Amino acid sequence: MTVSTQASSTAQNLPTSRIGRFFDSDIWASFKRSKLTMVAAALTLMFLAVAIFAGVLSPQNPFNPAELDLLNSRLPPIWEAEGQAPFLLGTDEQGRDILSAILYGLRISLLVGFLGVAFSATLGIALGLIAGYFGGLADTLIMRVADVQLTFPAILIALLIDGVVKSVLGGDLDATTILAVLVFSIGLSFWVQYARTVRGSVLVEKNKDYVAAARLIGLPAPAILIKHILPNVTGPVLVIATINLALAVITEATLSFLGTGMPETMPSLGTLIRIGNNYLFSGEWWIVAFPGFALAALVLAINLLGDWLRDALNPKLR
Amino acid sequence: MLAFIVRRVFQAIGVLFAVGIIAFSMFRFAGDPVNQIVSIDTPAAQREEVRRSLGLDDSVPVQFARYLGGAVRGDFGVSYQFRQPVSDLLAERMPATLELAFCATVFAVVFGILMGVYSGLKRDSALAKLFQTISLVGISLPTFLIGILLIYLFAVTLGWLPSYGRGDTVRIGWWSTGLLTSSGLLALIMPSITLGLFQMTLIMRIVRAEMLEVLRTDYIKFARARGLTTRAIHFGHALKNTLIPVITIVGLQLGSVIAFSIITETVFQWPGMGLLFVQAVQNVDIPIMAAYLMLVALIFVLINLAVDILYTVVDPRLRSTIRQPA
Amino acid sequence: MDNPVLSVRNLRVEFVTRRGILKAIDGVSFDIGRGEVLGVVGESGAGKSVTGSAVIGLIDPPGRIAGGEILLDGRRIDNLPPEEMRRIRGKRIGMIFQDPLTSLNPLYTVGEQLIETIRTHMPLSASGARKRAIDLLAEVGIPAAERRIDSYPHEFSGGMRQRVVIALALCVEPELIIADEPTTALDVSVQAQIISLLKKLGRERGTAIMLVTHDMGVIAETADRVAVMYAGRIAEIGPVQEVVRQPLHPYAQGLMGAIPSLRGEAHRLAQIPGSMPRLSAIPAGCSFNPRCPFAFDRCRVERPEAITRGKHPVACHLYDSVPAAAEAVA
Repeated sequence: MTVSTQASSTAQNLPTSRIGRFFDSDIWASFKRSKLTMVAAALTLMFLAVAIFAGVLSPQNPFNPAELDLLNSRLPPIWEAEGQAPFLLGTDEQGRDILSAILYGLRISLLVGFLGVAFSATLGIALGLIAGYFGGLADTLIMRVADVQLTFPAILIALLIDGVVKSVLGGDLDATTILAVLVFSIGLSFWVQYARTVRGSVLVEKNKDYVAAARLIGLPAPAILIKHILPNVTGPVLVIATINLALAVITEATLSFLGTGMPETMPSLGTLIRIGNNYLFSGEWWIVAFPGFALAALVLAINLLGDWLRDALNPKLR
Repeated sequence: MLAFIVRRVFQAIGVLFAVGIIAFSMFRFAGDPVNQIVSIDTPAAQREEVRRSLGLDDSVPVQFARYLGGAVRGDFGVSYQFRQPVSDLLAERMPATLELAFCATVFAVVFGILMGVYSGLKRDSALAKLFQTISLVGISLPTFLIGILLIYLFAVTLGWLPSYGRGDTVRIGWWSTGLLTSSGLLALIMPSITLGLFQMTLIMRIVRAEMLEVLRTDYIKFARARGLTTRAIHFGHALKNTLIPVITIVGLQLGSVIAFSIITETVFQWPGMGLLFVQAVQNVDIPIMAAYLMLVALIFVLINLAVDILYTVVDPRLRSTIRQPA
Repeated sequence: MDNPVLSVRNLRVEFVTRRGILKAIDGVSFDIGRGEVLGVVGESGAGKSVTGSAVIGLIDPPGRIAGGEILLDGRRIDNLPPEEMRRIRGKRIGMIFQDPLTSLNPLYTVGEQLIETIRTHMPLSASGARKRAIDLLAEVGIPAAERRIDSYPHEFSGGMRQRVVIALALCVEPELIIADEPTTALDVSVQAQIISLLKKLGRERGTAIMLVTHDMGVIAETADRVAVMYAGRIAEIGPVQEVVRQPLHPYAQGLMGAIPSLRGEAHRLAQIPGSMPRLSAIPAGCSFNPRCPFAFDRCRVERPEAITRGKHPVACHLYDSVPAAAEAVA
């Protein structure tokens, strides 16, 4: 009588290391299949690299007045008749190279975006863990605040916080402080999604046996939360973070466009667009067009990546 | 059902109260009302006078009550910039914003649902892929970029549409409308599209996703097994089930359209409440900021309430009391 | 069988995935006679539901019918254009699914769904269709049918909902009903009611029933004949008494041995070691050979075709020219 058993994974030559399993997984397979996603990922990486190395890559530091020459002002892009090297994309009314400005602006936009997401995520995850695990008054309070905040679109909240903090701090603020205020405002506008999702997961995990076991052996609450429950939440949080990144970049750009964001001395792409908008009617379209294009491409790339990540992590679609 | 409505109304009042606290805190503590009225070298005694006349000596709860009382009556104080009652400024600008919001929402809902349903039913067609691309663009482009793009295309290059302002408006009582003049209508086109594009793509994506989800359900499978026509299945069953959750989303979107009008009004110099708010933020005109916050909160809360009630009317599962199963 | 209502010949259904082509059904043949109940039994994943879906023409991409024929009343239906197939669905072949809650559209009343189905296939007026609907509801055992016809699905209990589903499947009088796990989602007490209702209606109207289930008890009680499926093929098919009392195929023997019995002395339930192979890893030769206590060399190499050794068809090499081994088993 033959009795056979299920073949073990090593017999079937399945990889056992974590890296190995990632490259064998469905996620990587779907990534390789989608050309669009790969392009998006490449684009995002390029933006990142360019932003980090802006100082080295750009022909000019447009925010160092010593490097500017008014004779170079209002030059169109190089492919037009009056264009001049090295100003590939033209210059603005003060002789600032648009390409360089975009590289530096990209850096600021990405910086605020990432910091904003980091802030939102940290705040949201922390509050979500607390609300879910401890329940009771903390839970009710946090969720009520979340509900009230959710009634309003993030841009409104960001604008408000920005305005209020600036008026409290008063007077003229330097660019770094403004950046910090921006990160703070954007961060505060987006924590709710994280908190809700994490709270939901905590409520589910809280009742599972492994948490009871951890408590039995005397692990303190924060340890349980961070070591055991948190890893189970990374998937949805990652998806939220990618959407959040795109929104944070757009929100910062909008705030800067409205004049309440990054100043001209340390502009983000939004600031550049605001400046360039003034020259739209006088025919110098390149001052607004290229920063606008860069912003659009950046957000598009982030959104594509986020879309793919969402589909790849969605158990229902697999 | 009645209990449900009452509970929601209480929740709404709670939210308004919370917002009121925030608005009042801003109003009282973030700005200095006295400094806005007097000049730098006003003697201390006169400052005291002003303080007392503004009621700033009373206890905080009293001031809060006074603020709320005023708010309920429509009195939000006086603008620092314009030295006019905030309520007057808001009332003057409200028709512009509401008209814009309305047109944008109609645009978003109509096209969003049409494109979403089509993409859901014919998900592999070329047109559906085109819609997908449009939706990605709509979600990625910040509102102000869309506005600038449209202005450049239709105002600067082609010269078909005006690049700023409302055009000619007609006063009807307290309301001023741009819908009755040709220049008013032309002026509405680009701002409405700009404001509505994000919502349109959102609606389209949701409708499409919902449609695909519904088409996978067992009751659709059973409907097919019963030999119902494709039209009956798609438009009788699938569509109705798809649109129910969409109603909630659309309702909530109406609220954020009003908030996003801030950006659109700035780009197009549209004389609405949004532009007023932006100028208030730039100039730290706290009374306007606080009042705008309360007003927007009120509008949102009302819309949410209306959507909740609408939902119970439309979905029979929420409507009926539990009858005894036979 | 002569003049069967349904005849399936060598049906093959494949699913095209990025890991390759999966054969969900690989050469299945059976007939269903008029008014008879054919049970189709097997573990989850054996291909029972796919067979039902194939018959009614609801195999969606990435699945497709890769070969074989399906004949309804002697005429092929597997290659019909979609519109003609639609007309057959409901009118000549009906199907009911496992979960009555999700089978009904929650936004329409039970009456609306019934009347819509009736008027799709029959030229009745609205009031005529409504009357027919009320009669149907009464027939399936819904009390106060004239009132309940305007109720929504969520206002019924689980058993009542499944009765409504049955009414919907029967409302335009099909010749064949495919019942895909009709009782699995119901309470045990309700299961018996639904099964006897199905039997009764089938008998009264002469409707054939293809009863797909993994519950042997239901089969033993309800079916006239039973087909035992394994990994997309039929292992054994025959009259239910024969197959249950004296199963020929080793898999069928394992299945019958695993049925707990209230009679006789208690003994450990026999288990069939291992589990059914995944579609991507079906063994060569006879797909059951890794788990079969009687497997020999031929089983690992050659796929067994159905052999009739006097009683009923069984797909097993044991019954093919090795009488001694067969005697030892039977």
